[in-house]
Amino acid sequence: MTTVWPGPEEWAAVLLSLKVAFWATLVSLPFGIGMALLLARGRFPGLGLLNVAVHLPLVLPPVVVGYLLLLALSPAAPLGSALASVGVVFAFRWTGAALAAAVMGFPLMVRAIRLAIEAVDPGLEQAAATLGASRLRVFATVTLPLALPGVLAGAVLAFAKAMGEFGATITFVSNIPGETRTLPSAIYAFLQQPGGDGAALRLVVVSVAVAVLAVLASEWLARRMMRRARG
Amino acid sequence: MSLSVDIATRLGALDLAVAFDAPEGVTALFGRSGAGKTSVVNAVAGLLHPDRGRVVLNGRVLLDRAKGLSVPVHRRRIGYVFQDARLFPHLRVRANLLYGAKDDARLGPICDLLGIAGLQERRPGALSGGEKARVAIGRALLSGPELLVMDEPLAALDQDRRQDILPYLERLRDEAGLPILYVSHAVEEIARLATTLVLIEEGRVLRSGPAAALLSAPDLAPVFGPRMAGAVLPGRIVAHHADGLTEVAVSAGRLFLPAVAGAGGQPLRIRIAAQDVMIALDRPERVSALNILPATVTALHQGQGPGVMVQLSAGEDLLLARVTRRSAEALGLVPGRACHVVLKSVAVAPGGVGQG
Repeated sequence: MTTVWPGPEEWAAVLLSLKVAFWATLVSLPFGIGMALLLARGRFPGLGLLNVAVHLPLVLPPVVVGYLLLLALSPAAPLGSALASVGVVFAFRWTGAALAAAVMGFPLMVRAIRLAIEAVDPGLEQAAATLGASRLRVFATVTLPLALPGVLAGAVLAFAKAMGEFGATITFVSNIPGETRTLPSAIYAFLQQPGGDGAALRLVVVSVAVAVLAVLASEWLARRMMRRARG
Repeated sequence: MSLSVDIATRLGALDLAVAFDAPEGVTALFGRSGAGKTSVVNAVAGLLHPDRGRVVLNGRVLLDRAKGLSVPVHRRRIGYVFQDARLFPHLRVRANLLYGAKDDARLGPICDLLGIAGLQERRPGALSGGEKARVAIGRALLSGPELLVMDEPLAALDQDRRQDILPYLERLRDEAGLPILYVSHAVEEIARLATTLVLIEEGRVLRSGPAAALLSAPDLAPVFGPRMAGAVLPGRIVAHHADGLTEVAVSAGRLFLPAVAGAGGQPLRIRIAAQDVMIALDRPERVSALNILPATVTALHQGQGPGVMVQLSAGEDLLLARVTRRSAEALGLVPGRACHVVLKSVAVAPGGVGQG
């Protein structure tokens, strides 16, 4: 309780969380954009089911999601062992923590991006097509730029969710210092130790600071892009 | 060039079945709102997929439902000017203009044609309605289309702005050498611009043909509205007089009109509303109206009300006059009857005179 500045063990947890959240957001973003586009503009049977599947992590207990990931990707499971044979291991690694965070944040990300894509005037996309632009070019030059504030909001939400993800992470990859002990796991662990509440409190302060910064940054960027999009 | 359209589709309550050929020049689809005009051009552009139909542009089959063929929108090479312009809000005017262009070689000439050279660095949000419309036209032109589709490009503008833009569209028709499919429900626009008319009523083609012939057909006057009906007379500027009148040569003689811009020899299209034309059996003397042309009655059409539409040939051209049934009977107007048409100079609105 005497020192305000976090110690090396606490810093490790903060940096790990930032790394996990960064990669979780970055890698899931293309998938999130693709899924949002599919849900916003797609027309095929099973669209409703897909929508439900995407939203499941939002409503399922995080422990259940973590356990399902463990069942699917543990080295003993067929998928897990197949991935392990090509060198991709998730269970009890920081990559697993990133995967768990990505899965938990995915519905939030998709939702924000989907709303933004739905708000883009299809008339502008039609206009681009009449000017000779292929579907891909229409998406890259009209839909995506106009939906950018939403994409950004989705990414920030997913990042914040990843920073705070606890249940699925601890179930899937446990709480290994330096490997899978993220910020929330570290807070939890310190709270279990006698005399650990000082460290826990310092991490709480860091959590709050990161969250506030993230929200401020996203607001600033979103406003800038809104101005740009309005012309 | 030629565009051949034959499509049929069900759109809610509207049963659309339209077939027409569009030769060179401006082909105007005219009809009330909801008649299906926009659906027709959307099918041509590929934005709407009709149940049945065939669309051929310059020998290139764009749509053939029977063969399951439909060229995607971006490969049709049809420039589309939407009613609401649809400029990309996140791009500057210059980037909007060049969106579909291969290079910027034609940017300068087209900006000059449309008077938008000074707007290039602006954002679409900072443009007026008329500027937006002209940028949208320029953007479509720069994509190098084989056909330009314009869906009521002036409908969102007020009367003054419309008058500002019509001359640009006339230049486009006369200089760009690009066939245009023009959707409108404004008679004055089609009178100024159209070379071919396709009249559409409740999803069907009522009549199609050369604009001059259809505009002067007395039986079609109800379609344009009795107050809006009127023939279009080709003419040529002869001289500008000091008292503010422009002397114009038409096939039947000379007309004096309120000042028309243009040099001597400039061809004009003069819309003469049927309700502004008087008929006299003898050449009137000591009358204020300046324009008196010899003419012959060619056809009459009796409508529902007290009015009669009289078609007259004056020189080589046709005119329409709207008179009461009582007058028509009193003068004994029958086809073949020689008479004079009397037209007040001031009755010809500046907006009714366009470049021919």
